[in-house]
Amino acid sequence: MIINALFFYLFAGICVAAAAMVVTARNPVHSVLFLILAFVNAAGLFVLLGAEFLAMILIVVYVGAVAVLFLFVVMMLDVDFAELRQGLLSYLPIGALVGAVLLAELLVVVGAWAIGPDVAKAVTAPIPPVSETSNVQALGLVLYTRYVYFFQAAGVILLVAMIGAIVLTLQHKPNVRRQSIARQVGRHPSSAIEVVKVKSGQGLS
Amino acid sequence: MTIGLGHYLCVAAILFTLGVLGIFLNRKNVIIILMSIELILLAVNINLVSFSSFLGDIVGQVYALIVLTVAAAEAAIGLAILVAYFRNRGSIAVEDVNLMKG
Repeated sequence: MIINALFFYLFAGICVAAAAMVVTARNPVHSVLFLILAFVNAAGLFVLLGAEFLAMILIVVYVGAVAVLFLFVVMMLDVDFAELRQGLLSYLPIGALVGAVLLAELLVVVGAWAIGPDVAKAVTAPIPPVSETSNVQALGLVLYTRYVYFFQAAGVILLVAMIGAIVLTLQHKPNVRRQSIARQVGRHPSSAIEVVKVKSGQGLS
Repeated sequence: MTIGLGHYLCVAAILFTLGVLGIFLNRKNVIIILMSIELILLAVNINLVSFSSFLGDIVGQVYALIVLTVAAAEAAIGLAILVAYFRNRGSIAVEDVNLMKG
């Protein structure tokens, strides 16, 4: 139990510290790296909560895909980030005010909440004991049966995002020669070749 | 020293606030704003998973998976828009995004 608490405070502390560094880091590349650190520690929190599959998905999707995407974009765009940081201190008071109010509200809510007595009875799909079914299996048993339409919808969302990203960033350069399939198919022997009778002993002039 | 639901909710609340603060602080830099949105979605996911774990209902994890999908799609589309915008204007400052203003 003490180990559990120890690891919770370790993961939570590093996660919050990394998140704070994300929003205050001077260099956007450092921001991305701190974002990766925050996500890895959030995955640790998920493991502590018994959601191993989501923890691994968080690492694969966020650290492996999204954070690297951010890193690519930060390095690809040739932006003067120092210029973008100007006026940061002038935004600090209002930002800190809004953040403090929001945090106070959230903590008031968290401090004074209680789970209703009927909630425990209203469980839709109870988590089976870990000794019988692993988290991955339990999640799959629910996701592929009861929530299969949501699963398909998630797939459609990813497809739309993929096509959208390609359409947005694809650019046709005018000076690149491309294959014109219509012209190739529409080609006819009469326009392409000429049959010439050549007498023997004479060449073509 | 047992860790309850409240501890996880506190972590999620702090992460959410940091995300909102990030949007206010880096008002000029779209990339950091996108990262702040990722932080906010991570806080939401921590909430969902902790409630799922402490109430013994696996549907919360299914929902967290869907949120994860949407967050990944949002990041991809947002960064694609950013790249296209940078190609057109040569800058990513939020204040320059006023082409649509009449």
